[in-house]
Amino acid sequence: MASTDIDTTPLPRWWHSRVVQRFFGHRLALLGLVMITLLTLACGIGPYLLPYDSLHIDLLARFAPPLTGGHYLGTDPLGRDVAARLLMAGRISLLVGFFAMLLATVLGTLIGVVAGYGGRTVNAVLMRLVDGFLSFPTIFLLLALAVALKPSPIMITVIIALTGWMEVARIVEAEVRSLKEREFVLAGRMLGLGRAHIMFREILPNCMGPIIVAATLTVARAILLEAYISFLGFGIQPPLPSWGNMLNGAQQYLGSAPWLAVVPGAAITVAVTSFNFIGDGLRDALDVRNDSF
Amino acid sequence: MAAFLFSRLLQSAALLVIVSIIGFTVLNLMPGGPLSQYALDPGMTQADIARISEQLGLNRPLYVQYLDWAWGLLSGDWGTSFRDGSPVIQVIARHVPATLLLMGSSTVIAVAVGTWIGIRGATHRYSGFDYVATVGAMIALSIPTFWFGLIGIYVFSLRLDWLPAGNMYTIGDGSVLNYLHHLIMPSVVLALVHIAIWSRFMRGATLDAISQDFVKTARAKGLSERRVVMKHVVGNALLPMITLAGVQVPSLLTGALVTETVFTWPGMGRLFLDSLGYSDYPVVMGLLMFSALLTIVANLVADITVALVDPRIRLA
Repeated sequence: MASTDIDTTPLPRWWHSRVVQRFFGHRLALLGLVMITLLTLACGIGPYLLPYDSLHIDLLARFAPPLTGGHYLGTDPLGRDVAARLLMAGRISLLVGFFAMLLATVLGTLIGVVAGYGGRTVNAVLMRLVDGFLSFPTIFLLLALAVALKPSPIMITVIIALTGWMEVARIVEAEVRSLKEREFVLAGRMLGLGRAHIMFREILPNCMGPIIVAATLTVARAILLEAYISFLGFGIQPPLPSWGNMLNGAQQYLGSAPWLAVVPGAAITVAVTSFNFIGDGLRDALDVRNDSF
Repeated sequence: MAAFLFSRLLQSAALLVIVSIIGFTVLNLMPGGPLSQYALDPGMTQADIARISEQLGLNRPLYVQYLDWAWGLLSGDWGTSFRDGSPVIQVIARHVPATLLLMGSSTVIAVAVGTWIGIRGATHRYSGFDYVATVGAMIALSIPTFWFGLIGIYVFSLRLDWLPAGNMYTIGDGSVLNYLHHLIMPSVVLALVHIAIWSRFMRGATLDAISQDFVKTARAKGLSERRVVMKHVVGNALLPMITLAGVQVPSLLTGALVTETVFTWPGMGRLFLDSLGYSDYPVVMGLLMFSALLTIVANLVADITVALVDPRIRLA
């Protein structure tokens, strides 16, 4: 063995990795990423740039159509600027979606890992719990919980996560179960590593691909669910705007002020589509088996 | 077959127990718990509530209360509605047909359109049609159902005046045609998401079947491509379709609730929402448990049907 042969080629940069290359080769995923970035930026800094404040009520300018009087997207029944409200609502909706995803992913991963690595009984109990939660139509459970636990933005986030962790749990459980007899796990066990160490330090890192994909799709789902329950009046409560509750009263003005319905719904669709596109791109890039969609 | 039936029934029973535990937890989270009925009544003093809870046995251990409640569910005693005092089970039964009609018609639309798109997408893989169908499905899954409904009302009711904006029939006109006229828009709106799901599913199933040996054999026999696809490929995709139909029930119910709200359709979904508004918790709980029951039964029926039709499962 020639000990002088040292590999001097530089380590590949992260943006040269196959995953990143494949993700950026996925046109729809790229489009989704651009749209979400723009939307987030708009919601983040947009409200400071618009001429009107989202809470400014102007009863003389009620139902102003879009592009009149400096109201780019018109005004609502109280004369508030729809554009300003849309962007403020976007902050709430995107934050709720993001944190609900985070919570659901952590919860689903924990339960999935324990169920996958645990014995028959633990697995059976936890996976039947997953089935049990999946037996309820999401919106029924969500609305019942929203009424039971007073709806604040944090509570809404928590209950969306409570009804959205099952997919992740199923994916992680299947992944862990297929990994737990592999050599590196047996080696870890032989070394005398603790159960927790094997589950979370040895096995879990190998499941990251599917978890990342599921998490991305969970953001999309969470944004949709927040919109559903807020539209129905049981989610985020006014005066705090969210894309869902902006649509809450829109139906009665459909004939006279259709922009009140069109604008927030379009924002929801764009955000959710973007996350679904990104999820699809990540699935291709990370080589995750195509099972749910 | 008997063994399969038995084990499948046992699974459903176990699931029912878990579902009831989740439901009981939700019930106890409700403001005032099972006594929420009185929590809103200004004529009730704290002492009254304590007395009633003694009478109803609410000071017993939780597991005794749970068993009592679960027994009520099983024996058909689902409590009485706060709003009109009639038994919850009757209130629900009145609203079930409208929802089943909506779910049924939109499933027919979704299966017909979705299957066609899926098969065409698979047989013309990577064509323009396939690409549009794929992207379209992803967008369809991202559109909030209620928003799609609002846009539909704006275009087809308010602008074009082709379709009614809501309700199940015009008062005074009970003809079938009138019902159908009112059914079109809600069922198409509810179907959109499921068209996407069915088309993706069908595309995958068709692609799976196309690569199988028996399809090669069929082609080698000189059968026309149309016959190969319709008989050999679609025939084999039919079985998983039955399972998927069962799995779709909760998502159909979710969609139905939203659709019924937008189109003032007098079904279970609207009843649920109205009951929430009136804090009619017995009806809320009844509907929550009923919807889960419907899901479990639908999955059970789907699995048994598949087992009856598919000889491979009977042997296993």
